[in-house]
Amino acid sequence: MSRSKFTVFLLSCLLVLLMSSQAFLQDDVIEIEYWQYNFGGRIEAMDDLIAQFEAANPDVRVIHNSDIAYDNFRDEIAASAPAGVGPDVVTLFYGWIPAFVDAGYLVPLPEEDFPAEWIESYFSPMVAESKFLDQYWSIPTAVRTLALFWNKDMFEAAGLDPEKPPTTLEELVEMAQALTIYDGNGTEILNIAQEGFPPQLSGQWHHWFREVLLRQYGGVPYSDDLRSVMWNSPEGCEAFTYMSDFETVYKTGSNDLFTDATNAFVTGLAAIHIDGSFRLGTIRNNNPDLNYGVAELPVGPNGERHNFGSYWTHGITRRAAGDERRMDAAVRFLKFITTAEAGLTWVEYTGELPAQLEAAADEELLADPILGPFAASLAYSHATFFVDETAQRQVLIDAFDNIRLAGVDPCQALNDAALVEQEILDQFWADQ
Amino acid sequence: MFQLTLARKKILWAYLFLAIPLIFFLYIRIYPTLFAFEMSLYDWNPLAEEQEYIGTENYERLATELNNPRSVTRAAFSNTIVYVVLGVPIQLSIALLVALMLNEIGRLTMLYRLLFFLPFVTSTISIAWVFRALYQPQFGFLNVLLTLFSLPQQPFLKSPTQALPSILAMIIWQGLGFAVIIFLAGVKQIPRDYYEAATVDGANRWQSFRRITLPLLNPSIVYLIVLQSISFLRTFAPVLAMTTQGDGGPLNSTTTVVLRIYREAFQRFDMGFAAAQTVFLFAIILVVTIVQMRLTTRATD
Amino acid sequence: MSRAAAWPYKTFSYLMLTLIGLTMIVPFAWMIATSFKPATEILRPNFFPVAPTIANYETVLFDTALPRWYWNSIVVAVMSTVSVAFFDSLAGYVFAKYQFPGKRIIFILFLSSLMVPTEMLIIPWYIMSVHPIVGSSWVDTYWGIAFPGLITAAGVFLMRQFMQGVPNELLDAARMDGVSEFGLFWRIAIPLALPAVGALCIFNFLGNWNAFIWPLIITSARDMMTLPVGIQFFSTEAGADWHLIMTGATLSVVPLLLIVIFFQRYIIDGIALTGIKG
Repeated sequence: MSRSKFTVFLLSCLLVLLMSSQAFLQDDVIEIEYWQYNFGGRIEAMDDLIAQFEAANPDVRVIHNSDIAYDNFRDEIAASAPAGVGPDVVTLFYGWIPAFVDAGYLVPLPEEDFPAEWIESYFSPMVAESKFLDQYWSIPTAVRTLALFWNKDMFEAAGLDPEKPPTTLEELVEMAQALTIYDGNGTEILNIAQEGFPPQLSGQWHHWFREVLLRQYGGVPYSDDLRSVMWNSPEGCEAFTYMSDFETVYKTGSNDLFTDATNAFVTGLAAIHIDGSFRLGTIRNNNPDLNYGVAELPVGPNGERHNFGSYWTHGITRRAAGDERRMDAAVRFLKFITTAEAGLTWVEYTGELPAQLEAAADEELLADPILGPFAASLAYSHATFFVDETAQRQVLIDAFDNIRLAGVDPCQALNDAALVEQEILDQFWADQ
Repeated sequence: MFQLTLARKKILWAYLFLAIPLIFFLYIRIYPTLFAFEMSLYDWNPLAEEQEYIGTENYERLATELNNPRSVTRAAFSNTIVYVVLGVPIQLSIALLVALMLNEIGRLTMLYRLLFFLPFVTSTISIAWVFRALYQPQFGFLNVLLTLFSLPQQPFLKSPTQALPSILAMIIWQGLGFAVIIFLAGVKQIPRDYYEAATVDGANRWQSFRRITLPLLNPSIVYLIVLQSISFLRTFAPVLAMTTQGDGGPLNSTTTVVLRIYREAFQRFDMGFAAAQTVFLFAIILVVTIVQMRLTTRATD
Repeated sequence: MSRAAAWPYKTFSYLMLTLIGLTMIVPFAWMIATSFKPATEILRPNFFPVAPTIANYETVLFDTALPRWYWNSIVVAVMSTVSVAFFDSLAGYVFAKYQFPGKRIIFILFLSSLMVPTEMLIIPWYIMSVHPIVGSSWVDTYWGIAFPGLITAAGVFLMRQFMQGVPNELLDAARMDGVSEFGLFWRIAIPLALPAVGALCIFNFLGNWNAFIWPLIITSARDMMTLPVGIQFFSTEAGADWHLIMTGATLSVVPLLLIVIFFQRYIIDGIALTGIKG
């Protein structure tokens, strides 16, 4: 070894030593990683919460990764897990939780930090519905419900009162028909120039069916032990027929037109739409001039109100649990981002509702003309227990497509679909 | 003696030159492939810490699903066959025709060549979005054209029968330029005097094409058939980008094997089953390639 | 063939080429036109924007990381193209001009890598990237995005076909003159095959520009994403922003168009000059 090479060697040794001592000195600060998918307001909200958390907990640093597009969120997690990297605290759609629990990716929330009674009394009841294998695996900051959006200009143009959206299922049918305009070449779906009420199973309609219409018609989606499909009951058939009639009988629109129903509504080509509060941001960005209103979902034949509630929820991963200090930091972080104050911060940025009962009862929120109807629905919202949300949604999309594209009878289509979904449920529970 | 050492030396050099590429392929391609084969013997869930060995269970499941006419897996395999069987001949015939015509014309050749090469330049994901819009009812350009000629609108991507051909058209469109270029290069290589001699012998155009162009183009044809068959067998991104939520619908009418592999692996976290499908697809591609190489090279002899 | 006999064919050719050529260009025209439409105009049947706006370009260029994605795509494409140009040519040359035991097996081994869908190699590659044999994690690095494509089987195959066109006599003569084996490749085969190498470079550059699945998985930081991955951001949970997607798509195509226009001689003449031999 030449002299100069030796010097370089010595110097680099020194450098390594220095760096490791640096790490040693900083050892009292623990770094944890937090992941969520990319969505404007959520990122700012979390940045705000993280800044507050770090100020109160100087020994923890939270790395916020929100650079993953919504479509690719699960792929990235799936790729990171076998490599032993990825988040310590992760935000997942609640319907994905069972699959992540099943794989041992999430660890149960420690009972001493998150007592079951506390979760059940502090959070909206739909959070309790996601108890799985007698344990809680995640808790949310915010929740979502559905509401009916209507285009006031179109109501006016059709001679309807722009301040009176449909409140019953019959009114919904009547108004949807009155609001549908054809292009003059016929009255088929493909001739529609303005949609009254376009079905969108891939959007919120499959939720609307399972947790709202079905219950309004007197049915229940699943058995109490969550192991059997019940939505193909006679009540289910009635509810599903009510839905499919919009496309096959009344021809008030189709998800196939104008790219999809959501886009049609946002760009002013559809009059009535069912969606979540996260759509408010889309309208603000893409069509700020849209003159629309938001109302609670129409009541059922017996005047009953139901709604579908869902949420993105935060869980702690196996990676954090592998190290005592990481786990401790993750627990503290999770506690911090799920307080009622955090819930109210979240509303400001995202328009999602606080998951905590006390924050959701906020007077100001309930009085808000746009957020109010969403908040009012919290009291009667149900969250479906999904074992595989994507697959279970696909089942109903296919059932609906079979009716409208293959001419299958609605009850038949629903029965066929129930068999497929039952298989998914059986497969899932067999592994438990 | 001198000859022998030269030959030896050349062999050594050959190995030396191939060393890096060989190591690369072994480490970056072959080893992960073997890894994928191994996955197929496990109930491999990427989120889990430990993987459970289940022997041939994934393959048995694959066999069962392939026998079930209603399963998605079966739809994926049969659709993929349709993509290849329709896609390769249609694309290559159009490409050959275009290449021959490009060779025929004198002026503006450069411009036309550029025109046909344009689609090849685009990113599949972006251009798939464009086609998705073109196919839309009401505002999509194709339906606007139909309406203009007083023809009824078509659902295209929204119909279980029209969706696959619609996606196929986009794939053919995008890959056309590459095939045209390869053919054009081949056509240009054929000496003019061959044709002149044939004309003197009284052969018409069709006969010249059959007896001169086709046989002499054989190397290009082999290359393209092999490459395009493989690429059609691996159809994925256009279907992902052109169907609602990338689900290969409506009613599974457009889904492909690779799309299913991707979904099983990354959305349902069933990597073992996805790997089993990969192995099966690999076997199919291997057989198809070998058969094509045999058949097409024999044709020239 | 006499001139007189040729003209109807010529006219027919021009006609057909124009017709097919139009179908080649319409989607581009629509894409570009749409990139100038405001969001509310996307779903209308008019081809050209009624109220053209450059707002989409402003949003895409200034409010998103698109310029950065652009740069990343270029870096990765150049990296892999340089490597592919050298190694694929070298391997193709060896397969075309050398006889050695195991040649067939090695060639098939190379080719077989074309047959395994990339989707299945992602997990192994990712694990290799997080725990690499050299250096620290390759996640979110240019090297990490590029490494699976540094040598390509399709390129080796293509170059083998080309290199067969290099005359043996020329190589043998140079060998007699004492040119080294690498010199034969570098100073004789490569210059002769240069147009083909050019074509290979362009194909490879385009292929890289297009790569989707692997860059998607290996990048988790927005600043390291490539164009096709970044464009995914315009399709969010709240639906697809068509106006932004079309703008992003237009911008991603432009540099490639320029490359093709500048190098189009290479692309075709390159292949024609050296030729494909079976």
